[in-house]
Amino acid sequence: MKVYLDNAATTKLDPRVLKKMEPYFMKEYGNASSIHDLGQNAFQDLIKAKEKVAKLIGGETNGVIFTSGATEANNLIIKGVALANRNEKKNKIIVSSIEHPCVMESAKFLARAGFKVEFIPVNSEGLIEAKELEKLIDKETILVSVMAVNNEIGTIQDIAALAKIAHAHGAYFHTDAVQAIPYLKLDVKKMGIDFLSLSAHKFYGPKGVGAAYVNRQIKIQPQIIGGGQEDGLRAGTYNLPGIIGLAEALELAYKERDIYLKKVTALRDYFWQKIQQEIPELKLNGSLKKRVPANLNIMFGYIEGEAILMDLSYKGVYVSTGSACSASDLRASYVLKSMGLDKNFLNSNIRFSLGRFNNKEGIDYTIRALKATVKRLRSFSPIN
Amino acid sequence: MALNYTKKTLDNFLKPKNVGKINKPDGYAQIGNMVCGDQLDFFLKVEKGKIKDVKFLSFGCASNIATASVLTEKVKGMTIAEAKKYPWQKVVAELGGLPNQKVHCSIMAVDGLKKAIADYEKSLTVKPVASKKGAVSKQKPTPKKNLTIKKKTPVKKK
Repeated sequence: MKVYLDNAATTKLDPRVLKKMEPYFMKEYGNASSIHDLGQNAFQDLIKAKEKVAKLIGGETNGVIFTSGATEANNLIIKGVALANRNEKKNKIIVSSIEHPCVMESAKFLARAGFKVEFIPVNSEGLIEAKELEKLIDKETILVSVMAVNNEIGTIQDIAALAKIAHAHGAYFHTDAVQAIPYLKLDVKKMGIDFLSLSAHKFYGPKGVGAAYVNRQIKIQPQIIGGGQEDGLRAGTYNLPGIIGLAEALELAYKERDIYLKKVTALRDYFWQKIQQEIPELKLNGSLKKRVPANLNIMFGYIEGEAILMDLSYKGVYVSTGSACSASDLRASYVLKSMGLDKNFLNSNIRFSLGRFNNKEGIDYTIRALKATVKRLRSFSPIN
Repeated sequence: MALNYTKKTLDNFLKPKNVGKINKPDGYAQIGNMVCGDQLDFFLKVEKGKIKDVKFLSFGCASNIATASVLTEKVKGMTIAEAKKYPWQKVVAELGGLPNQKVHCSIMAVDGLKKAIADYEKSLTVKPVASKKGAVSKQKPTPKKNLTIKKKTPVKKK
């Protein structure tokens, strides 16, 4: 049996999305920048996709900029907004201490370019407290960036409240919403979000396509320049199959949101309850309450995370330690470190992320596999 | 980054040889720690200058476990002098190679074994001195108890 519990890393493409994408490979293959009919047909479909995305997140159609993914969207927004709005009085950006590496690295890039960069701490639950942002923000701040949902522990931040603080100090607000679909209802205008990032493959869309939502009233410096596509904000031939796939996947995600949330919450709660019954000496990382229902990040005492992952993988259960990106570079999770997790526990954590294609049978199998794995590895652990 | 383990590494991870403890070992050493993400404890039984038995405990990743498994297999029956010289490169070769970021596991395993041998050798040189003064007894290994989460059922060791 194969059980995929790594949906925060990526998801399986929804066959309905693939069907929508198919014509754009061999039939409607025109370049949306071409003047002839084939190109203009593609352009019309591009605009429709933008309208669809804009509507689903409560934004303006011309604010939707398609990118190669959220890494590019985050680079564009963090670097582009900071660089375009820098002046004698404004030279600072603030990001949370649990952002995805693409936000962290963009912030560090800006620090090297002479910007002041501050990191908002999180509490032991993995949550950002408004007062912590209040302490760091000032009139010098150009941009505040806080992810809506954390990729490792699934905690949900109070984005609207943080955006309000940013605006009160004359700063703009960005949220990396990659892990928030469809868990949070997004309304950029109501929530005070100036900039937002998305990635299609996190919600059953294709890989290689994402979106940056930008408030077009605010200056932003493009990071990829060339043929002037996306109103000059992101050069490169429009990836029509991907764009159509993203829009369709986003629409389906919100259309089926209620049923999905009910299902995944029930499964996750059952999973968590069973794990606690079956396996001693473990601990949940991050708030259970302010967390997306798809995520469980668990510390298993006395044993090492990668060993757990490999043992489970052999049994057909696919999970991750922290995030997929950190799995191969062997560094302990800075997200868990930021939460103040005991340093003896930093290397014993597994992220389970559920999704649309999981079922109870798979969860039952996972519990049996996990029980055996933990028992085996603990049988020769030197720590007791 | 790729993290491709060979079949032999996986086999040694899934069915490691020589895991466990030796009571009253002639040599014992701990290397690494939980904070770094890998720890190995080695136990030695020495007879007539040869490694009669060797066992290990691991808090570590798949290659940490696999390298200790292969190393203990290889040095069992060797003389102390031979075992001391067993190079980490041979451990890597035995496993058919290790991913680059995992090579350090083999170095750690070899260093841990050397440390356990040193512990054994120290007991040999200390003994005459001890008998002179008549007060020094050999130290027993006591694995560190450094977990602070509440204990429901202690993990049983064989």
